[in-house]
Amino acid sequence: MRRSPRSTRPAHPVPLRLMHWIGVYAMGCMMFSGWTIYNASPSLPFVFPHWTALGGWLGGALAWHLGAMWLLMLDGLAYIVYGLATGHFRRHLRLSSPPDFARDLGAALRFRLAHRLGHYNAVQRTLYAGVVAVVVLQVLAGLAIWKPVQLQWLVDLFGQYPVARHIHLALMLAIASFVVVHVSLVAIHPRTLKSMLASVPMESEEQP
Amino acid sequence: MTAPHRRVAVKPDDLASELARASRRGFLRRTLSLGGLAMLSGCDLSTHSGVDDALRAVLRFDDRVQAALFSRQRLAATYPAADITRPFRFNAYYPDWQVRAVPDNWALHVTGRVGRKQSWTVSELMALPQESQITRHICIEGWSQIGQWSGVPLRVFLQRTGADLGARYVAFRCYDGYSTSIDMASALHPQTILALDFDTRPLEPQWGAPVRLRIPTKLGFKSAKNLEAIEVTSRFPGGYWENQGYDWFAGV
Repeated sequence: MRRSPRSTRPAHPVPLRLMHWIGVYAMGCMMFSGWTIYNASPSLPFVFPHWTALGGWLGGALAWHLGAMWLLMLDGLAYIVYGLATGHFRRHLRLSSPPDFARDLGAALRFRLAHRLGHYNAVQRTLYAGVVAVVVLQVLAGLAIWKPVQLQWLVDLFGQYPVARHIHLALMLAIASFVVVHVSLVAIHPRTLKSMLASVPMESEEQP
Repeated sequence: MTAPHRRVAVKPDDLASELARASRRGFLRRTLSLGGLAMLSGCDLSTHSGVDDALRAVLRFDDRVQAALFSRQRLAATYPAADITRPFRFNAYYPDWQVRAVPDNWALHVTGRVGRKQSWTVSELMALPQESQITRHICIEGWSQIGQWSGVPLRVFLQRTGADLGARYVAFRCYDGYSTSIDMASALHPQTILALDFDTRPLEPQWGAPVRLRIPTKLGFKSAKNLEAIEVTSRFPGGYWENQGYDWFAGV
């Protein structure tokens, strides 16, 4: 494999890397404490393993959940403002056309999709834009079940309180699925992990 | 514990200090499991109390946000009688077989910053104006159910007792050992009632006889059952669950 010509721009600018890892921490706190809260009264016939439980008991888990939510919301707001202001969303997360998506998905499933640091293919664009949208919806669903009286209008967007609660659970599963796929792809392309940690130059758009 | 050649393995005094330390750290120890440690790799045992303090500080911040979000005009949704959950789920800090009967000579005591520190019988409470509501009871555990309660609006009751409505808290003590407290703004909310009836019948002990708080703008654990005393105060009263780490404002 030929080396890609080096450019001086990092694959991921410092603010993005910072927001990514703050988001990982906040989302981790939210997910693991959320599992403990769910376990207090499981609405489906399963519970999450106790060794994953953050907070240890319902009161502790809620303290984590209602604390980490501020970090997640601040991080998410900063990311959205950054993404809109710098054109990051426009350049990197704009959804590709369905034929492009089908082509890249086919290549990805055959493990033949090239990965160039700093450039997202159609599958990545869809996954990343999708998870951003799901996290925004998840925060809204969470606020709805936190304040079903004071934010009644928000509950009405999702249906009744018990419906919003199940949507919150379903969106969590969607985010967890994304994490599984995302981390698996990073494991296949370990240099992407390095590029999210350190300043690794962006690779050329040309096919390597 | 440090003396090297002690004959008795564990003395009561040793246990006492251990227990005191355990209870001081109780909240924290329950907040930190393997999942907690995974999120806090790098923290050792000595910093755990700092994490605990940070969590408590965030809960106090959350309480201020909740108080700001709260509006005395905004009503909890009400439902038609057909939506009432049947059978209604029993809930307390003990199982239902431990429900206690109403004590003989029961009366509701009113103390603190009130004009008339009198005690009220059920028939005296029944003589006050009554309100009925069919609202959703939302438990901190996440489940919810719709029920019907009727009784005296707490606002009306506080006015009748000549309570200082500028006081900060209204605290509730129950004959089953439970306790809780709410902010004055929530106490004066039109849907906050001292319920005497559940499902159109006088309260039975498991539903909070003879009088319970019903406050649909807060989580279920704030709707204290089996009341025996109400105190109007500006000194933070805490509560059974709140003292263990449940968020105090607990608004919905």
